[in-house]
Amino acid sequence: MSHYGMTETTTDTTSKGTPLGRRLVLGMVGLGVVGIGVGRQLSESLSNTVSAVAPGLASVIPSTGGFRIYTVTNGYPEMPVADYRLTVNGLVDRELTLTFDDLGALPQTGITADFQCVTGWRVNDVPWSGVLLSDLLQESGVKDSARALRFFSFDGVYTESLTLEQSLTPDVLVATSMWGKPITREHGGPVRLYVVPMYGYKSLKWLSGIELGATVVPGYWEQLGYDVDAWVGESNGRSDDPIT
Amino acid sequence: MTLMPGSANRMDAAMTQSPDLVVDEPMTLRRFSRAERWTHRILAILMGLLLVTAAFLFFPELSSIAGNRLLLRNIHVIAGFALPVPLIIVAFFVAFRRDADRLNRFTKEDWTWLRSRDRRSGRIPVGKFNAGQKLNAAFTLGAIILMFLTGIIMYGWLGDTWRTGATFVHDWLSLVIAVMIGGHMWMAYSDPIARLGMRAGSVPTSWARREHGQWADEETDTSRP
Repeated sequence: MSHYGMTETTTDTTSKGTPLGRRLVLGMVGLGVVGIGVGRQLSESLSNTVSAVAPGLASVIPSTGGFRIYTVTNGYPEMPVADYRLTVNGLVDRELTLTFDDLGALPQTGITADFQCVTGWRVNDVPWSGVLLSDLLQESGVKDSARALRFFSFDGVYTESLTLEQSLTPDVLVATSMWGKPITREHGGPVRLYVVPMYGYKSLKWLSGIELGATVVPGYWEQLGYDVDAWVGESNGRSDDPIT
Repeated sequence: MTLMPGSANRMDAAMTQSPDLVVDEPMTLRRFSRAERWTHRILAILMGLLLVTAAFLFFPELSSIAGNRLLLRNIHVIAGFALPVPLIIVAFFVAFRRDADRLNRFTKEDWTWLRSRDRRSGRIPVGKFNAGQKLNAAFTLGAIILMFLTGIIMYGWLGDTWRTGATFVHDWLSLVIAVMIGGHMWMAYSDPIARLGMRAGSVPTSWARREHGQWADEETDTSRP
């Protein structure tokens, strides 16, 4: 085999040559650290570009403002709209069992606001509509002794909580539509909660039961250490911008 | 010296039928030590776990098939924390440190090799690792450091200030890593003898002459101390 001249280079090869590998590693780590610093702005501008150009890609391209789909059970519970029931009970004047159509017959409210996850991602300006929880509580009536609400999911595991005071604000929606369409199974359909000023875990998916009680019972994620009062930017040690 | 003449009988005789074969030359050369091969194996398993769980955690379609988010996340986090451990352990082995030094250093031939169109022909004899392998090694180490750092930030130990930025780097880098590992596996798939070197530890001298001429010369040069 012809050896391209230079046979003298075959000796002592391990100690010669420039240590480029180390420089590459250090350079890459440096670049990555810069990326951590500017990542928030970068992902925001990228998110805006993607949602303007190809909104369908938002859930596939990293950090472009798509939802991340969470579930706490095996898979995602499925509920045909025809079988759907929402019960409202506990410290109420009238216990309710509502079908999906019953919810549609109540006064409808639309809210367009950001969805902020406690793990850092945010989806801007999501249009939701459904029945304000306060309107629903008007239907059931609230006993004087009631102080808190518990929410149950038909996945059988996920629960959430709010104080009565929080529940009566115009920021809590029993949502039946998202982006102008029925809420998909992955997003918690057919009916989910949307608590505007709080982190996403408060917006319970697959809502099937609301129980009024005398005290707040911490929900699923709160038992795992997340704050019960989950105000965006003022809880869980986070400093996110307020919801707009 | 890392010659293993004794292992020659284990090799397929056909592999050593090369015109370059010198009579008193060993038929196989030791390429990777046991510690290096086990480290590679463990890293491969952990990387595989990380990539598969990452895919299920990231893509909504896969997430909705799998469910079990907490379990997937725990597997991902544990595999991630475990990943540097074999690397740290193998750094105590001389054979690995020698190879790491070879991977670190780029020679004039490496640049010539990188620029040439016929780099796989063996015309330009390269050392134990070619420039592509050196670049891949640097990328892999840099990627592991960055994924570990951003992973820790995402895990929450360092507070939330940098979490969005860390997620950004972690997500994008993971895609690049998937591509790089795909390329790495493709290269290995197309060279069975390179795979043999990583699996069994030794390679036929004829292969070494063709793919890593300088290294073959070093290893067969009996006049060297």
